[in-house]
Amino acid sequence: MSWNDTEPMVSIRDVYKSFGTLEVLKGISLDVMKGEVICIIGPSGSGKSTLIRCINGLNDIQAGSILVEGQEVNDPELDKLELRKKVGMVFQQYNLFPHKTALENVMMAPIRVLKHDKEIAKKAAIELLCKVGLEDKEKAYPGEMSGGQQQRVAIARSLAMNPDVILFDEVTAALDPETVNEVLLTIKRLAEDGMTCILVTHEMGFAREVADHIYFTDGGLIVEHGNPKNFFENAKDPRTKEFLSQIL
Amino acid sequence: METFYEWFLVLYEDTGINLPFMYDDYDRGRILNGLWATIKLSAICVLFSVIIGMVGAWLQGSPWKVTRRVVNVYIQLFRNTPPLVQLYFFYFAVGILIPRVENDWGGTSPLIDSFGWAVISLSFFAGAFNVEIFRSGIEAVPKSTIEAAKALGFSRLQIYKDITLPLALRVVIPSLNNNLVNLVKTTTLAYAIAVPELLYESNQIWSDNVNVTEMMLFLLIAYFVLVGILVWAMNSWDRSLKIPGFGQ
Amino acid sequence: MKCHPYKTDLPVMLPYKPIETENFGSTIKLWYAVPIVALILGTSAIAQSGSDIRLGAVQTLMRWMPLLLQGFIFNVLISVMAMAIGTGLGAALGIGQLSLNRLVRSSSWLLTQFFRNAPWLVLLFFAMFLLPFEVNIFGIIVPLPDWVKATIGLALPVMANVSEIIRGAVLSLPSGQWEAAESLAYSRRQTLWLIILPQCLKRMLPPWMNLYAILTMATVLASIVGVSEVMTLTGEALAAEGGRPDLLAPFYAFVLLIFFVYCYPIARLTVRLERKFSVIN
Repeated sequence: MSWNDTEPMVSIRDVYKSFGTLEVLKGISLDVMKGEVICIIGPSGSGKSTLIRCINGLNDIQAGSILVEGQEVNDPELDKLELRKKVGMVFQQYNLFPHKTALENVMMAPIRVLKHDKEIAKKAAIELLCKVGLEDKEKAYPGEMSGGQQQRVAIARSLAMNPDVILFDEVTAALDPETVNEVLLTIKRLAEDGMTCILVTHEMGFAREVADHIYFTDGGLIVEHGNPKNFFENAKDPRTKEFLSQIL
Repeated sequence: METFYEWFLVLYEDTGINLPFMYDDYDRGRILNGLWATIKLSAICVLFSVIIGMVGAWLQGSPWKVTRRVVNVYIQLFRNTPPLVQLYFFYFAVGILIPRVENDWGGTSPLIDSFGWAVISLSFFAGAFNVEIFRSGIEAVPKSTIEAAKALGFSRLQIYKDITLPLALRVVIPSLNNNLVNLVKTTTLAYAIAVPELLYESNQIWSDNVNVTEMMLFLLIAYFVLVGILVWAMNSWDRSLKIPGFGQ
Repeated sequence: MKCHPYKTDLPVMLPYKPIETENFGSTIKLWYAVPIVALILGTSAIAQSGSDIRLGAVQTLMRWMPLLLQGFIFNVLISVMAMAIGTGLGAALGIGQLSLNRLVRSSSWLLTQFFRNAPWLVLLFFAMFLLPFEVNIFGIIVPLPDWVKATIGLALPVMANVSEIIRGAVLSLPSGQWEAAESLAYSRRQTLWLIILPQCLKRMLPPWMNLYAILTMATVLASIVGVSEVMTLTGEALAAEGGRPDLLAPFYAFVLLIFFVYCYPIARLTVRLERKFSVIN
């Protein structure tokens, strides 16, 4: 499967997903080009988190197709481990490994999964921790760090795998307002460096400032989408307008 | 040293408290052999039963129903039948089927002797409990931490080895401690198949010297001390495994 | 960057719950006994090949079954008696561990630890050898046959374990209960008997039932010290049949089977109760 930069990096077509009898995604389509920052917003239960978890294969889909760099995710013969080297993910609950220090958390996957040399991985990990502003927290354990710090380590951990696209699943929802900014700043810097990011978020200010494209989902469908300027100022669909009026 | 031992002879003559394993070389040798056999038996069984527990807990997470069923049957059978009868079954019923080899004195002896059968039987007995203990520990690891590992591309075995087991271990140490203490106490059952462990040798001595009371008290104190040492070792191990910041 | 030294608001790990997983289910799957039955039939079939003069192993087993079952009933009897005695003594010891009197508390604790750390078989020997063969109570001579001594010997570890169960259950109650009682001017004894212990009874039931299952399985130890119960009878039956090696597996497997059929439902019930009580609490 060859893929070049002119095609979308992530291409989602008519995706349907149900949990048992509950249908959560009812035909979603969207494209993400390389280097773009996409924000998906919407009320809870609209399927946002489910959608991005489908992109890296944590959830499977019943119908439709998801192409990541030309590779079909829905293919039963897909090597999920290979996919996950290309697609990174940062979770709402940070999910750091509590029994490893921050440095070890970041180093572990490159050494175990990518089989990198230990010393090289260690140096790269230290650089990444500096990049997210936590160079003095190398030897700290997750239990000794605040939520915001843990989330930044989680971002560094994802970056260590050198992915082509990173998924962010409501990563600031569990943080208190002061620490939210630390994390958003880190993501903004990533975006400026050219990383393709897909975010599910409630942070409208961030979306307006950083995103290239915004999608609004409700009831498992994409109701409206557009670039931030058009979206926030000239929303057309009544549902979108209602949602925005509640949030803003 | 001799005077130390002779003091016990004097004790016997003066007060009638007879501790032949102190003043008599042969008896002392017997008790030391018995003590050593008990320690060996306990250590080997502890090791094997923990391994069986870990492997069994891993198999219980298997996607195949057959594997899970087999492990469940094993657990329920070994947990709900008397360990003594299991021991007899292994030693007598299964032992008969084992091929015999020529020994040094021109006769034949079975390939696995009574000590070996004791190890096998007790390890499987304790292992059955350990599988459940490890299973509970594995369930205590939050699903989201496992997902984070999956999202980083770890394989199922890698996740089990690097993340699930270390975290589960810290959680199950109190129960494991309890179980291992029971294992040490259960080694006395080997007496029934003439394994020369501590109880057996003490029995020999009190049959010769008719000093049951003293030997009984000695046994109670000896096991108290043995168990105490095990508990202390487990507690230090627990302390060394403590994750900073994660306390209960 | 500002550093916030507070701990994370999300738990790093879930609290540890010693509850069995859905995998096991709380239904009684007696078909788990099938492997044992298969073992009995299988081993007798293998051994049968060759000789048809002697009775097949299964028929021999059938002949002896009534006797073995009688022996098992004796085991159950011993277990019930030992449980009763042990629970009674253990309750006293357990409450002693909670006493405000330091002497009572430490001696109860010491006794509990001592008998908990001792192997059951050693305590059995202890009782068998050191108890007199008859006692003189108020002029009446009461003989203590072997099985009574064995029962007392088995009651000792039960006592220690019951004491620990009680202590554990009391400690597991939130301290708010004690504080509430104190602020209502209950005396210590009233608090213990009217508030704490009734709540603990539910928590104590599953481990207590578990202890009973362990005790039942421990009754076979009495065969080592010469009491006539199911294992002794099995040994005698095998000897009476001339020590045929092909009978060993079926007979021992049968004993395993009886215990399994008795203890497994108890284990299932315990799991179900534990789950029910933890949901309520």
